[in-house]
Order: sequence, then C-alpha cells, then structure tokens
Amino acid sequence: MSSTLPANEASLDLRSLAGRRQEMSSPPPAGRARTGAVVDRVFGWTARAAAVLTLGLLVAILFSLVVGAWPAIEKYGLGFLTSTTWDPVTLEFGGLVMIYGTLATSLIALVIAVPVSFGIALFLTELSPAWLKRPLGTAIELLAAVPSIVYGMWGLLVFGPILATFVQQPLQGLFGNTPVLGALFSGPPVGIGILAAGIILAIMIIPFIAAVMRDVFDVTPPMLKESAYALGSTTWEVVFKVVLPYTKSGVIGGIMLGLGRALGETMAVTFVIGNFNQLDSLSLFSAANSITSALANEFAEAASGMHQAALIYLGLVLFFITFVVLSLSKMLLARLRRHEGGRA
Amino acid sequence: MNMRIQAAAALAALAFTGMAAAQDVTGAGASFPAPLYARWAADYNKATGVKINYQSVGSGAGIKQIDAKTVAFGASDMPLKDEELAKKGQVQFPTVIGGVIPVVNIKGIAPGQLRLNGQVLGDIFLGKITKWDDAAIKALNPGLALPDAAIAPVRRADGSGTTFIFTNYLSKVNADWKAKVGEGTAVNWPTGAGGKGNEGVAAFVGRLPNSIGYVEYAYVKQNKMTYALMQNAAGQFVAPDDSAFKAAAAGADWSKSFHQILTNQPGAQSWPLTGATFILMHKVQDKPAEATATLKFFEWAYKNGDKTAEDLDYVPMPASVKAQVAKLWASEIKDGSGKTVAIQ
Repeated sequence: MSSTLPANEASLDLRSLAGRRQEMSSPPPAGRARTGAVVDRVFGWTARAAAVLTLGLLVAILFSLVVGAWPAIEKYGLGFLTSTTWDPVTLEFGGLVMIYGTLATSLIALVIAVPVSFGIALFLTELSPAWLKRPLGTAIELLAAVPSIVYGMWGLLVFGPILATFVQQPLQGLFGNTPVLGALFSGPPVGIGILAAGIILAIMIIPFIAAVMRDVFDVTPPMLKESAYALGSTTWEVVFKVVLPYTKSGVIGGIMLGLGRALGETMAVTFVIGNFNQLDSLSLFSAANSITSALANEFAEAASGMHQAALIYLGLVLFFITFVVLSLSKMLLARLRRHEGGRA
Repeated sequence: MNMRIQAAAALAALAFTGMAAAQDVTGAGASFPAPLYARWAADYNKATGVKINYQSVGSGAGIKQIDAKTVAFGASDMPLKDEELAKKGQVQFPTVIGGVIPVVNIKGIAPGQLRLNGQVLGDIFLGKITKWDDAAIKALNPGLALPDAAIAPVRRADGSGTTFIFTNYLSKVNADWKAKVGEGTAVNWPTGAGGKGNEGVAAFVGRLPNSIGYVEYAYVKQNKMTYALMQNAAGQFVAPDDSAFKAAAAGADWSKSFHQILTNQPGAQSWPLTGATFILMHKVQDKPAEATATLKFFEWAYKNGDKTAEDLDYVPMPASVKAQVAKLWASEIKDGSGKTVAIQ
C-alpha cells in the first residue's frame, strides 16, 4: 500500500502539470465556466426531455389503444373479459380464451423458471469452481440472445415430439383415470398446447432471471457471508438467511423481468400453443391461444371494424395485465421493506 | 467544402430526375401471390428498368392501404363484392389461380389414395367425424385400409386467403358448416390445432400422425405431401394439378363480374378448392402516371409472366379472361379528367 501511494501522487502531479501546460494556450477560465453552465443546462433539459418523452409515449400508446379499441369497448364493455366466443365471421368477440392462455402459460413458465434460475445463480455465485464461472455465465447470457422464433421452431419440430412421447403419454398412462389430474392431462398428447408453450417460455426467461439473480447475489458483501460462515452456518443457511434477504428486491425484480417477457412473448408461443380459440377443457395438453399470438396471427388480415377493434382491445388488456403485474411487484417490495423496518 | 455541396446537390438532382423518368410503383397485400409478384417485378425491372415494390402484408392490410391510397395497387386473395367495389370506387381483376389441397399424414396411405368429398371434409373439421375408420370415410374409400385412430385436424391460425377458399367451399357443400362456422379469412374453428402460415400447417401435418390439414398447391408439390382426391361438383374424384385448376377457372363466367369464387365449379375436371388472387385499383386516379405504370406492369405480366407463374406452381389466367381484364382497364380506370390511363 505504502509503495503505491507515492506513485499515485506522482501521476496526479504529472496530469496537473499537463493541465497547466494546456491552460496557457486555451481561453481564460471565466469563459470556460460560462460555457460549462450553458452546457450543463442544455444537458439537464435534454435529460428531462428524454424522461418526459417516455412518459408522453406511454400516454400516447394508451390513448391510441383506447381509441382503436373503442368500438369493441362500447359494444362489449367488461363482458369482453369473460366471454369465450371469438368468431370473426359473425363478428362476435370475447377475450377470455386468450387471457386465460396468456396467464396460464406465463404461470407455468414462472413455476419452472424461478427454481431453475435460482439454482443456476446459486451455483454460479456460491458453489461453482472459479474456472467454470465465466464460461457458464456467458453461456447463460448467450441463451438470452437467441431469437424467439428459433425457440418456436425448435419447440415445434424438436421439443414437441419429445414432450409428447416422453412426458405427455406417460403422464396420461399414470394419471389418466385420476379425477383431477386426469382432467389436467386429458386431450391428444401431441406436444403442442399450454404446457408446451409454458415450458418453451420457461426456457426463454431462465437466462434473464438467472442473470439478474447472479448479479445481485454477487453484490452481497462478502463480510456478511463470511460472518455467517464464521458462526458455523452451512452454505444453505447462508444463502437463505443472508444472501436472499439482502438481495430480495433484486431477485423479485429479476422474476418480474422474466414474467414481463413471458407475458409479451409472441413468436415462440404462436408456434407451439396451437392457436385454438375454444375453452372446452382445462387440460394442460389442449391447444389454446394467447393474446400476443392472436394479435400476431389475425391482425394483418383483420378487416377494419369490429375484428380489428377487438384485437386492439386484447392489446389493451395485455397492457393492463402487465401494468397490474408491475404494480403488484412494487407493492410487494414496499411491503417487504416496511416489514424490514419494523423488525429493525 | 463548397465543391462537395455542389456535387451532392447535382447527385440529388440526378437521382430525382432518374426517379421521374422511370415511374416506380408500389403495391401491397396478399402474401399468397407475393413470391410470384416479386419474380415478375424483378424480371420486369430487368426488361424495362421500372421498379415495382410489392409489400407482402396480407390481404386485409392490402385493402386498407389501397383504401387510404398509400399504394398504387392493393392485392387480395378474397374478391370484393361488386357493391362494395362500387362504393369504394375501385375495380378488381384476377392475376393468377391457385389451389388449396387437403393433405393427410396416415401411415400406409400414399398421395392420391384417400378420397374425400366436401361433406366428409366439413364434418372432419367440425369435429363430427373423429376417427379415420368412420363409416362415412370408408364409404368413399372401399378397399383402403384406414386405421382406427383419432383424426387430428390442422388449420391455419393466421387469417389467410387459403382459409377463405377452404371455408367458402365447405360453406357451399356442407350445410352444417355454413350454419355453425361460415366463411372468411379467419373463422371460429370448432376443433383442431392452428399452424402459422402454410409452412406451419405443413409442419404440423408432417409431424402429427393421423392428421389432416390444407395447404396451397406449391407446398404439396415441393414437399411431396400426401394429398387427397376430392369429389367435385360433377361427382368425379379429381387430383389437384394445373389442368384441374384451369378447368375450374374456365367454368366461371367472368364476363359480367370479376367477383368469381372458383370453389365447387362445374366441370368433370374441375378441382373444387380453386381460387384466384386479385388486384385492386381505384377507378379515378390522382396520379395517372403511376396508374399507367401499374397497368403496363400487369399487361407485361399477362403477356410474359405465364412461364414464371407455372415455374412457381401458380396457374396463369385463361386468355379469354385476360382479354376481358384488358377491356376493364381501358374502360374503367381513368385520371381526374376522365381520360383513360391505360395504353391502348
């Protein structure tokens, strides 16, 4: 330490010397201060404009969605959310099938992705040998960069048949006659439908959640962890009683990021969900539809009028779902924080 | 510095005059004929230097764009009714013919072995016939070994002209279909999984055992899919090929109206699931130069494009229809002062 300090000082000295030398050829400092103030103000305005622009865009999008969906809102009102008819021929529309599909696939995705991501992050930060950390972490980040249509094609052509033969058929064989589980696993085991879409979504959001979790686990002060180890805690106890409480807002943020991606994912879902607009069974194997998939499939060919308005209404519903999810996560975080304050 | 600006200005001026000399044409619409229009445009560009930009955005979007006059021509797989055209002040004319083919994936059944009619096809897609060894299918296929397996119907998830031809045909020949589902580019499917695009349906049918779907002719030919023979209005079982599509087009009466849907046409050779694809243009042209360029392009395509169309597995229009279209161009499409824009 003591040997580096003088060297630092020396380099500082050199820099200030160079600065002084420059000053001799540059305009007087007063002028520079004035331009500095102007530049500061311009920068402040630009930054503020960027923030306001984002807010303005959000409002504008919401506004145009409401305007576009107005014919459907006027005709169906909130009944749109509970009706399962989607008939472009007779122009009768209800969004429950798609809303159910979006929520069900995202829920399945979270149920699978959160524990797996947690495991990945835990392994990378606490258990992995040092030489494996970098390549493994990079590999997971690379997964996040794979285009969603690739996941869709892979899901349809490779994963679907595997799911059908090795998961769905055995499950039906095991639980086919059990009352509740039997209904959940009924339908043709063809490897497309809600379960397939949920699993593909899980694979897609794992990199996001895992990367965020690893980053926040990494910032846990080593002193805290080492203190816990010193008190005789196991790795398990350190993670659950020290790391997780310290990083919970980051962890929840990561999960919400993944959920947001799952709710809005379009191409991959459209390939494997089956695009079936009837809600005649709650089976996980049955084909269904999601909001984004319906939009992607029908928007280009939808004649202007009620069909288009109903599709935009669906978009508005998705907007609302995302908004609710975000608000809930913020409320959850706020409650956690308050709880923490009470304890302290 | 000055020199460079002058040079840039000169270049820009050159580009502008270049653009004015060869009138570019923009069109948008149906995706079914898009590969052909792209090839025609490239060949035409080579022959004349005129650029034709065709945006494959879907029939619905194409109709919207021509209504808004953002393009010189729109393209739709579904002909507009004459009243609607009159109301919008537009004309339509057909460019090429295509066929929609039922394809199956049943073990042991070769292309052209399975025979179906409209009633049975409709009942399969209604979910009324659920097994391949159903009595109704057996009655059409004496001597063919059909498995005791559940039928997996596959159809388009996205709105498309292919679906329009398919559902229009079923509405004509299956009363139950007409009452329950109806016709359109997107309908309320009572059963089956939806694939995105022809490639999606082809992938599903190829992958799911005991499935049945419908795709455009080019997909059957290029992927050597197992097509079914269809019973036409004359009671004959026909195989899908160019001559069967041509026979269906020849049976229609094009002289009164171009609103011709070529499904279930009379004639012993006619393929029952045939349809033409259409171009839409405004009757009164604000930009006569662009309209002239558009008509010149289609005139050239009618004269020189048949070979290209056949190479891409589309069927060119019969000569008699082409002559009628030329008459329509001369008599109906005019500039603001009422002068015809077509080259006589």
